[in-house]
Order: sequence, then C-alpha cells, then structure tokens
Amino acid sequence: MTGIDAAELRRRVTELLAAHDPATTDRTAFLQARFDAGLAWVHFPAGLGGLDAPRALQAVVDAELEAAGAPDNDPRRIGIGLGMAAPTILRYGTEEQKRRFLRPLWLGEEVWCQLFSEPGAGSDLAALATRAVRDSRGDWVVDGQKVWTSSAHLARWAILIARTDPDVPKHRGITYFVCDMTAPGVEVRPLRQITGEAEFNEVFLTGVRIPDNHRLGEVGDGWRVAQTTLMNERVAIGGGRVPREGGLIGLVAETWRERPELRRHALHQRLLELWAEAEAARLAGERLRQQLVAGHPGPEGSAMKLAFARLNQEISGLEVELLAEDGLLYDDWTMRRPEHVDFAGREAGYRYLRAKGNSIEGGTSEVLLNIVAERVLGLPSEPRTDKDIPWKELAR
Amino acid sequence: MTVEVTGAAAVGERASDPDLLYSEAEEDLRAAVRSLLAARAEPAAILGRIETGDPYDPALWRALATDMGTAGLLVPEKLGGQGASAREAAVVLEELGRAAVPAPYLTSAVLVVETLLGCEPEASEEPEAPEVARLLASFASGRTVGALALPLPTGPGSALACEVRVAADGTLEGGARRVADAAGAHTLLIPARGPEGVELYAVDTSAAGVTVSPLVSLDLTRPLADVAFAGVRGRRLAGPGVAEAAVRRALLAGAGLLASEQLGVAEWCLSETVRHMGERKQFNRPVGSFQALKHRLARLWLDIVSARATARYAADALASGSADAPVAVAVAQSACSKAAVRAAEECVQLHGGIGMTWEHPAHLYLKRAKADEIALGTPSHHREILAELVNLPSPTAG
Repeated sequence: MTGIDAAELRRRVTELLAAHDPATTDRTAFLQARFDAGLAWVHFPAGLGGLDAPRALQAVVDAELEAAGAPDNDPRRIGIGLGMAAPTILRYGTEEQKRRFLRPLWLGEEVWCQLFSEPGAGSDLAALATRAVRDSRGDWVVDGQKVWTSSAHLARWAILIARTDPDVPKHRGITYFVCDMTAPGVEVRPLRQITGEAEFNEVFLTGVRIPDNHRLGEVGDGWRVAQTTLMNERVAIGGGRVPREGGLIGLVAETWRERPELRRHALHQRLLELWAEAEAARLAGERLRQQLVAGHPGPEGSAMKLAFARLNQEISGLEVELLAEDGLLYDDWTMRRPEHVDFAGREAGYRYLRAKGNSIEGGTSEVLLNIVAERVLGLPSEPRTDKDIPWKELAR
Repeated sequence: MTVEVTGAAAVGERASDPDLLYSEAEEDLRAAVRSLLAARAEPAAILGRIETGDPYDPALWRALATDMGTAGLLVPEKLGGQGASAREAAVVLEELGRAAVPAPYLTSAVLVVETLLGCEPEASEEPEAPEVARLLASFASGRTVGALALPLPTGPGSALACEVRVAADGTLEGGARRVADAAGAHTLLIPARGPEGVELYAVDTSAAGVTVSPLVSLDLTRPLADVAFAGVRGRRLAGPGVAEAAVRRALLAGAGLLASEQLGVAEWCLSETVRHMGERKQFNRPVGSFQALKHRLARLWLDIVSARATARYAADALASGSADAPVAVAVAQSACSKAAVRAAEECVQLHGGIGMTWEHPAHLYLKRAKADEIALGTPSHHREILAELVNLPSPTAG
C-alpha cells in the first residue's frame, strides 16, 4: 500500500481534469486518460488502472469526478466485468492476462458475462457438469450448457468454470477459464422469463476451444478461484444512501394517496405493516453502510438481500391486489432484451412477477438462510453425503 | 464507579445524518452494565425474588442507578445528572432487557425524568421550577424512585386517559389503573384534570389518602398496581399546556427507548436458543443442524438486524431532538415489539419441554416481551399513529 491519501487523490483528479477537460474531451479518450492516471479503481496496482491506494478512497475520486461532470464507464452495463471478473483476474491472473483484460474491461470496450450456473447445478453449483478436456496441444475443449447468463448476447468474454476431473469429489475437479464468446461452438439463446422479456440467456458450448493461457489459477483449483468471484458479488451490494420510500413501497404509497377509492381496511393494515418493515430494512441498510464506512463490515449484508427479496414480493403482491380491476392488466408481454431491471419504469404486474426472482437470483433465500445460520450464528451444518464421493458417482 | 459518557451523536455527524452505530463510550457503558448484571442479576436470583411481592433488589438498583450514575443519563449536569442522552439510556435498557432485570429504570429514569425535563425546570420565573429541579436531581441520583401515574398501555399520540381530577379545594381525587412499578416508588407524578386542562402534581406514596394496590401481573419483573387518591394534597409541578406537553414528551421517549429494551430481550432469546440448539442432541446430531430449525433462527436474526437499526434510529432521533422522532419511534415500536415477542416464542418452542418449565428463564423473557408489546402503545397503535404521520390515511379518514 502506498502512502496515497484523499488529498493526494484530489490533486491527481484535478490534474486529470486540467489535462482532459470533460467538456471538450471525447468520452473514450477521457476514460482512457483516467485509467492511465490510476484513477479507475484506485485499489488496483499502478499500471492497471489503480494506485495501490485503500479501496475506500475510490469514493473520493468518484465524487470529485461526478462534481466535475466527467463521463463514467456506465458501470451498470458492465457490472459483471467490474464486480466479478476483474477482482478474480487481479487475484489469480498472470501478468499477461491482467494486461490483456483489465483495461478494455474497465473502459467498457469489452463486456463480460459469467458462465457458472447450469440446468443441473443451481444452488449446488459445485455439482456442475460442463466438461473441459485437454487436447494433445495442451489446450482445452469445452462441452456443456450454462444458464441464467445475463449479458451473454453482448459479451466478448466470459468467466467460466468447468469440470476437468470427474474422478475426484466435486469441489476438487473444477477449473476456472476465460472463454471467448466469439469462439466457434458458443451459442447464445435468449431465455424468456415469466415477465415476457429476456434479461438472461442459455449458453450452449459445443467443442469450444480455450487456449491454456486463458486458464485462471491452477487446474483443479477452480472452486477456490470462484469463491473470489462470488464473494465480490456480495461486496458489490451496499452503495449509497436510500431515501425513505425509495423502494417499491414508495410506489404503493403513492397509489394509496392518489386513489382513495381503492382503500380497504384490511389492505390498510397490511400497507402500514409493510411500510414499517420497509423503513426498518432501509435503516438496517443504512446502518450496514455506516459500518462499512467505519471499517467494521458486519455480517448484516446477507440479511439485506433476504429482507428485500421478501419485502419486494409482499409489497408488489399488495400493489396488484390494491389496484383491483387494473391489477388484471399487464403493461407489455413483448419479448424484449432489457439491459437492466427497471422496477419503477414498469407497471405493478411486472413488479409482482419480476420480484419473484429476487429470492432466487444470486443465491436462493433458502441457501442464504443456511449461510446465515451456519456462518453468522455458528449452527452446525447438515450431515453431508457428497463431500468425499467422486463427482461421477453423485446422484443426478 | 461512575461511567464516563459523552454527549449525543458521534463527532462530525450532522443532525440530519443519524448515527446508527454504537460509539466507544456507549460500548464501555454497555460492558459495565452487563458485567454488573452478570454478577448480581443472574436468572436464578431473579426467579428467587419475583414471587416475593418485591422483585427489586435495592442493592442492585443502588449500584446501577446511583453508583454507575445511569439514573441521571438523560439529565443535564447542571441539574444533577450525567448530561448524556437517549443514546446512552438506550444501551442501558438493552442490557436490562437482555437480563430481564426487575428494575424501575424505564419508569423512573426515563418516563418520570423526561416528564420533569418537560416541566421547564430552568424557567426561574415559574413558581414550580425549584420543586421540579429538586425532584429531578433526586431521581437523577437514583436515591428516589418515581412512577408516572398513567396506565402502562398509554402510548404517544393518544388522548390522555386521565382519571384524576383536581377538586375545588386543590386536592386530588381519582386514580390510575395498571401503573408500572408504582408499588416500589417513593413518589408519583400525577397528571390531573383541572378546570383549565391537565396539570401535573407530585405526591409521595406514603402521603395520606394515597392507596397503592398491587396487581397480579403477567410480567412479574415489571409489576403493576392500581393507585387511588382521596383528598390528596400534591405539589403542583406544571399547569395546563406545559403539563400535557411534558407527559407527551415522556411517552414518546419512553416508547422509543422501550424499543431498545425489547431489542435486548430478543437478543438474549436468540443467543440462548442458538447455544441450546448447538448442544442439544436428538437423532444422533445437534438439533441445530436440522435445516427446518436453522431457518427459523436465521429469520429471527434477520428480524433483530432490522429491529436494532430502528431502535438505534429512535434513540438517535430522541437524542438529537429530531423532528422525525415520532416516525422513528413508531417504526421502532412496530419492529421491536414483533422481534421480541417472536424471539421469546421461538425460544420457548425451540427449547422443547425445558422451555415450559418455571426453572428455565425463557418464561421471564416471554412474559416481558408480551407485556412490552402492550406497554406504551401496542404495535397496532403505533401503526395507526404512523398512518397519520406519513400520510397513509385509513379508508374512513377524510
């Protein structure tokens, strides 16, 4: 860690802005200059978009640049690259891999996706069946099917885990790769959801060749490498302060205020209970944020996803019921490819249906409850029958 | 030992920026209270006293309230207190809830003290000010214990069910039902209806014409009594306007800080149940390894995470005098009542047979949690208040 502090970062931002006035500089050129000045992600190493500075100081840079009206790299569009691929490449990548991948990833020139989940490996991800077999030249040939892949249709690269040794227990025979999404044998099909649209894809891999220098980490060590990816998925939550009524409850509250003819006593009781619960969850999120700022992250992060999944489902269910005859309508069943989830931009029926995914995506609520019970409360794990059995002998 | 405590929110926080964490000084205060209670208020000692008619341990109260100075946390130093705030009092209540201690802290050090603080003790032109200041100093020292003569279920924001009136000769007539900690109190603060509105009087429980009739309470750790006044001559502390505002202020602070007590109750129930389920074995494995039970505990933990944030926000809003305090208190009461009752009910169920015994302390927490749910406004009362505060009117309103 270098001795770079907030004042030094502000000085460097001022320098960057002086040399590349955002008002007159092309967006791409500005982002390139920002990356090369080490102000992309300050906790990354020098030369790779960072300055070896404490991660918490990124907020200083972001605030200064936002105040100056500088363009950003549209982080929502490249969330998987920024939040999951980049930290994993940084930790396990070779020097050559870091130089090749990190800059275009941060600039948004190359979109990334994640080929982890499979039809037969959801909560039990380590049971995955996609095979990677080494050929005579030492490269890998991959066959299998992945699912729930957002951005696959936009992506240039994927982080991929595949089984390289079926003869050892499931956690030990996995290897982690970077997969070229333009390679022959990669087929991306939209996966239409209950909302009518397709945020995600199915990805079929048929004889896809991956050179060995696109492997991340050791052969057979892919499960450990994937933990870095998945841990960073949870770190990405948090962020800024949410105002009161900032979530779905605000939309129902507005309807309640504006349409007195819809009000019913039983709905009023439920609305008030949910309003208080949503406010409590908001405060818990704010408390978690303050803990992070103070440098004492608590285990409460896993609580937030569980709480919001349940609240979003109950609130959107109440909203449809409250709307009564309008609750029978749906705004649009057209098959579309949205770039991100837009709860507020759609109608109540969409919110009700899309919220069902909140307790499934990124770890089901049932699995998260196990994690809370075992890692936070320290309760003993269930007896397991799969730990020491070779993968190929597991029930499927 | 007197614990050093500093004023309200952490340095550098703006009033609009609630501090939801615990400061180092607050954690020190917690550690001191917790170690005192661990030594002097273990469950067996509490179980041994609760059926005696006098559940309080006077030596424990002296150590907690007087020696540690916690009875005066809410009182400014120049009025004989510690000059701390609702944030620190909340931490004390969390620990008292965690140990289910019978101690008149909520009633004397919060409700009575807050009522007196609302009576303008520093308004030197008011004739009542010296008596208010004298009483405040004696409650802040913990040497005198007081109770507010209102039914315990009275919540902030409701009409005062005031059944004492000031007779033509200036004496007090009437009574109050279900008053918490009245039997152990030296002095009662009595809201009484006078010709021009509610006034406030102080009366010693030993005074002629005062009858305190102890009741059989669901929660033996916070005993109730009916009090009656017949021709009682009291010391007037505040006249119409001031008196009612002072009582309302106390009810808001009381409800907001009760949330921290409920949080402590819930935390004990969860941690004790987790401990038990890690040790208890059935079917050749710890019962805590069964997923059906694990999920119940994980959900309780979730409730407590949210409850803690609301209790901290309520304490901080009360400490900073935030205009949002009524909303903060209503949300905290809604969340913490539910968390405490659910945690105590789960504690009994997940302990199995032992949870139904008198010997195991789980019932102390269940009874406290259920009584706390009603104290200072039920969760439904607080949500009705919320409906007005955040403009979510009922179908019949307007």
